[in-house]
This record gives sequence, structure tokens and C-alpha cells, in this order.
Amino acid sequence: MTALVVEDVSKNFGGVAALSNISLGIEPGERRVLLGPNGAGKTTLFHSISGNVVPSAGRIILFGADITRLRPDRRARLGLARTFQITNLFPRLTVLDSVLLALDGASGRGMQLLSLTANDRDRDGQARALLDRWGLAEAAPRIVRTLSYGEQRQLEIALALAGRPRLLLLDEPTAGLSPAETRRVVTMVHALPRDMTILMIEHDMDVAFELADRIAVMHQGRLIAEGDQAAIRANGQVTDIYLGAD
Amino acid sequence: MTARLLAIAGAIAALLLLAALPAFMREYSVALATKMLIFALFAMSLDLLLGYTGLASLGHAAYFGVAAYTVALLVVRAGVSSGLAFPAALAAAAVTGAVFAPLALRARGSYFLMITFALAQVVWSVAFGWRTLTNGDDGMPNVVRPNFGFSLDNTAAFYYFTLAVVAVATLLLVGIVTSPFGRALRGIRESESRMQALGFNVWRYQYVAFVLSATFAGIAGALYAYYNRFVGPEYLYVIQSAEALIMVILGGAGTLIGPAVGAGLIVFLEDFISSMTEHWVLVLGVIYVLVTLFAPRGLSGLVNDLRRLRSAK
Repeated sequence: MTALVVEDVSKNFGGVAALSNISLGIEPGERRVLLGPNGAGKTTLFHSISGNVVPSAGRIILFGADITRLRPDRRARLGLARTFQITNLFPRLTVLDSVLLALDGASGRGMQLLSLTANDRDRDGQARALLDRWGLAEAAPRIVRTLSYGEQRQLEIALALAGRPRLLLLDEPTAGLSPAETRRVVTMVHALPRDMTILMIEHDMDVAFELADRIAVMHQGRLIAEGDQAAIRANGQVTDIYLGAD
Repeated sequence: MTARLLAIAGAIAALLLLAALPAFMREYSVALATKMLIFALFAMSLDLLLGYTGLASLGHAAYFGVAAYTVALLVVRAGVSSGLAFPAALAAAAVTGAVFAPLALRARGSYFLMITFALAQVVWSVAFGWRTLTNGDDGMPNVVRPNFGFSLDNTAAFYYFTLAVVAVATLLLVGIVTSPFGRALRGIRESESRMQALGFNVWRYQYVAFVLSATFAGIAGALYAYYNRFVGPEYLYVIQSAEALIMVILGGAGTLIGPAVGAGLIVFLEDFISSMTEHWVLVLGVIYVLVTLFAPRGLSGLVNDLRRLRSAK
């Protein structure tokens, strides 16, 4: 079964067509990178897949289920997780609390009105293990707002992974990171289970070509090319509009 | 762990101190302390919405007043025993919250504030206008206090009753804000979109928080009806809602102790200043301006800042 099918999706904001008839199919375990200049519609497509934007037309199918009109939280419960381009965390909570929230969201345990201590300890252990894996163990008691930008980007990814998603959407995970931090994120994404399907927006060419099985290129709301690294490099149109030809 | 032990020790000490008050205070002061406790609960109930969930309500008097009027109507009009009226009042506050929440939760920020304000004014105008039922702005006297085998007519006895109810309610509130649910509310306050992406049905959490908040406000309202042995439309008025907001902001939103202290201070100042001038509301406004200018995170924020300054030295 295809992990994600985007079927003829369009989105208009007023008179502006942000997405025009986008169709994509992503296989389970595939690493797909979405390329395209600013304003190409990449983030709008992400928002349509995660449910923050409802498409004007078309369908979105996640592991066989039509999710086009589902709320974002229902999609998350179906195994979809995402990070945000503009860091979207809990500024005044601790790192540990943030991860506990991510775990509760996945398990639906958040409606528990009064605390049960024993259970909490299991949760704490789980959360700390996750932070450990992402190099944030030391940061557990810190307030999110006080983390460095790089640490915040790492926490974004850690939160998205807490629920063991089947499809992970990464919106520019390395944007604004130093080369060393970028390396770290790339290594982390490489280390993710191979059966996890990943769709990511990435501006850094090296990162894109290193992580992607296949690449899709968007321009002005349209999908203009799709293929493996060699095909994209060889595509004249892509070279013209994106790879820096003047 | 030590922080938790310290908090428990502090709570027990505070409870013992509060329990000892009537022994060395004049009757007038005991009555004033009773009022402080009632409004501490009212402010904490509002803070569940404002400080924890990030929803600023300017209509919290609705749930406070509905509970108070339920007690009065049942006792004075229907002859129901005063003790039985108490759970009915809580139910009335909860139902009012459950009905108003979907309307208010369509909006956020100042629009949420305006809708909650408008809804409360609707309830106020019913209480004010339906003279045959509520006596309008004359209010309803003769709200007798409950009798559980011992009389609560004595000021100290009613103080202890109030203290017990408020202590239990506070314990429940502490349980709620430290639970996974409470953490989810704080998460929603920080970022609704992130919470949704993590799989939380944000609306449902806000709804439950709204109804809980209304119910706790109802406890305070019912107690206040007993306290004054009277209800009037001013219980439902916007001044009442605004005063609760100022109590929370003065004490510090997002904590329970802050709004409780803020409520105590406002009740005390109101009593003290009203004995000198009738322009209490003017003073209240000045307090509000000063707090937002110089201590935007309230007294608890101020205490935290001072503590940090001292440990930095």
C-alpha cells in the first residue's frame, strides 16, 4: 500500500493559486525530498497533508485512508507527524514536559485528570530515553525558550518522533543551522528506522541529495519534476529555475 | 522531590495558620478572611482558564452568579434545604459552562473575551429583569446557611466550613494542574497548532477546562450566597468578572497560589479603602495599571525575579 497519495490537490488563497493539481505518491519507507524556490507552495502542500490547510480540490490518502478533511489531531493519531518551518514549540514549558506531551498525544493519555505517580515514572523514563537519543538529555529540565536555536530544531524533530509516526514530515529541518548542527540532523535522520516514510522540504542541496531516495521539484504551485538524484540533476528546467542558473 | 516536600509542608503550614485564625481575630476580621477564601477559590477557578489554558474570560461572574442564584432560588423560592441546594448550584454552574463554552470557543484572544463578557451580561440581565422570580436589583435575602447537624450561623463556624470546602477544592485544582491533563492545558496555552500536530483534540481540552473552571467558580458562588445570606445581580455583573481577572493578574496567572494571594489582597484592599472612600473601583483601576506596567507577571512573577536576582549574586 502506498504510504501517501496526493491526488490532484489544488489550493487557492483568494485569487492566488498556491497549489495547482499536485499529484504525488510516496512508498512506505521512502525518503522523499521536496525542492523548490521560495513561494513554490511546498509549505502549503505540507499544511494540506498535515491538515492545517484544507485543499480547495483533490484528495489526500494516508496508508489507504482518505484524510483530506480530517482535523490535524486525527491525522496525527493515524501516524502522521510533522515539524514546522518556523520553530513551533512550548516556549515556557520544560524540555521534559514537552516530550511528555508528545508521548501523551500519541497515547491519548492527556485526558487523565488526576495524576498517577507510578505511571508517570514510566513516562519519565521513556521521555528521557528519547531525549538521550537526540542528544538533549542534559537539556531535560531546561525551559524551552532558553535553548539555543539548534537545540530547538532538534527538539522539534524529537517531539515529532515521540509518537513513532509512520509518515514524518520535516519542514526545512536544517534551516538556519550551523554546518556542524546540520551534520548532526542529517546523521539523526539517517539513523531513523528504514520503515519510516519521510517527506521533507530541504533547501540545502547536499543534504537533499544525501538523504533523498527520490526528489520532487515544485515551482509556482506546480510539480515540475520528479525522479532520483541523477534525473533531477539532468533536468534542464530544474537547473534553470532552481539550481542557480542566472 | 525536595521541592514537592517543601510545597506540601508549606500547604500544611498555611492550612494550620488559617485554621488558627479565628482564635486570635475579631469576628469582623474572621468574616473578612472568609470572604478572602471564597474569592481565592473564584480567582483560582478563573486561572484554570486564563493562566493554564490561555483563555481570558471576562464573564466568569456568570458561573459564580448562576450558582449563587441557584442556591437562593432553591432555598427562598422552592424551600429546598440549603445543604441540598449546594450540589444543585454546582450542577447549574457546570451546565451553564457546558452551554456557553461552545459559543465562546469559536473565538480566541480578545474575541473570546468579548463573547464571554456578552454571555455573562445576558445572564445578568435575566437576573436583573425578571423581577417576579429574582426581585431584580433588590436581590434575594433570607438565603439561610446549610445545617449539617451543626449550625453555620456563627461566624467562626462558617469560616471553618468555607475553609474546608476551599481546601478540598484547592486540592482538586492542584491535582488537575499537575496531571497529564493539566500539562496538556499548558501545552495548548503555549501552542495550539503544535498540540494538534501531536494528536491532541485541542477543542475538547479547552471545553473540559472551561466546564471545570465554571464548576469551581460555582463552588465559590454558592459559598458567597451563604456568606452574605443574600444574592443580587451584582454577583453576575461585569465588575465582578473584571475583579476576578485583576485578582489573577495581580497574583500572577499560571500559578494557583498567585491568584489566591491576589484575591486576598484585593478583598482586603476593597474593605480597607471602602471604609475611607466610595471610589474603590477607581483604586482598583490604578492597581491594575500599576501591575501591568511594573509586574506584568504579577506578584508570583515578581517573587521569582527577586529570587533569581538573589541567587545570581
